[in-house]
Amino acid sequence: MSGTNDRLVSWTEDELGVTGRVLDVVRAPAAVLSTDGVRVDPTAPEVVQLAADLVATMRVSPGCVGLAAPQVGVGSKVFCVDVTDHPKTRTGHGTFVLCNAEVVEATRKEKAREGCMSVPDLTGDVKRGSRVLVRGQLPGTGEEIEVRTDGFEARCLQHEIDHCDGLLFLDRVAGAHAVYARQTYL
Amino acid sequence: MTDAGTLHAITVVGHDRPGIIAETTDRLAALGLNIEDTSMTLLRGHFAMTLVCAGSASDTELEGALAPLAEDGTLTVTVREVPREQSPYETASAWVLTVHGGDRPGIVSRIAAEVARVGGNITDLTTRLSGDLYLLLAEVALPADADVEGLERAVKDAAEALGVGASLRPAEADEL
Repeated sequence: MSGTNDRLVSWTEDELGVTGRVLDVVRAPAAVLSTDGVRVDPTAPEVVQLAADLVATMRVSPGCVGLAAPQVGVGSKVFCVDVTDHPKTRTGHGTFVLCNAEVVEATRKEKAREGCMSVPDLTGDVKRGSRVLVRGQLPGTGEEIEVRTDGFEARCLQHEIDHCDGLLFLDRVAGAHAVYARQTYL
Repeated sequence: MTDAGTLHAITVVGHDRPGIIAETTDRLAALGLNIEDTSMTLLRGHFAMTLVCAGSASDTELEGALAPLAEDGTLTVTVREVPREQSPYETASAWVLTVHGGDRPGIVSRIAAEVARVGGNITDLTTRLSGDLYLLLAEVALPADADVEGLERAVKDAAEALGVGASLRPAEADEL
């Protein structure tokens, strides 16, 4: 069962105490998107600022439900998500940022079509766990967080953690004909 | 009734317009041909179709029936009798290979050479060019005794030399 993590639900970017800046989103084939990100000190001021920047950039990007540091040109393991307003969301924890996150468990794999701001012209069918346990750290305090979630938020977390490890959804697609030209732009 | 008669491989390539598939298959049906396998797509806006059909008509009859399609010079049609073949890769394991990065000549040939070197067979391959991003997706059948780790290393090394990234992973099948 999912069982929301109350600490994560109550988290907002106000805790970071800095104002986020809107950054440019980089597109493939930028090398940073294919490079394993470095682990970070979640309490370091530049990581706190990066966390705020990711949230600010996500907020102004239409349809964006998650953004990872490599997508703004920073090769490190930090990402933000917010699937609150997405129609596919079951369990949701609102806006949050995780550092050094990893997927501990992923079960009940399901295939769905994914897009990505860094690969704007293509979408692809990707099989991912629909129930996950993810472990990471909050920026600022460095608290360790374990979050169980499902459905769209689970998919989003796996997509963003892949970004932090230098993988795009293109590295996970189901087969030779599982990539499609995007028909509509957000 | 799909295994009767001779097999013919037919290709239709050229300027795209509505109706090519309808016209081609109508002419094949009129000759009593059964379509056994088809692949059709648009490549940079150009129509490209390959069909394998079975029936009693000869190559010459087929060529005659399909000739009107090529009359205005916008389509090229070829017909060739082909033998029936069993796939030799039934005992192979299935893998998906992804390569993506900046576009440059030689990516397909360099990566495909590594697959061939271990006796792997590419059973399906698509490539896409999207802006500066070049993407290659291949389904690969590897012999049971293939050194998968060795191939993965070789593919990644080749990709690195080309300035692109590559990943090789098992093709997952849903058992229902």
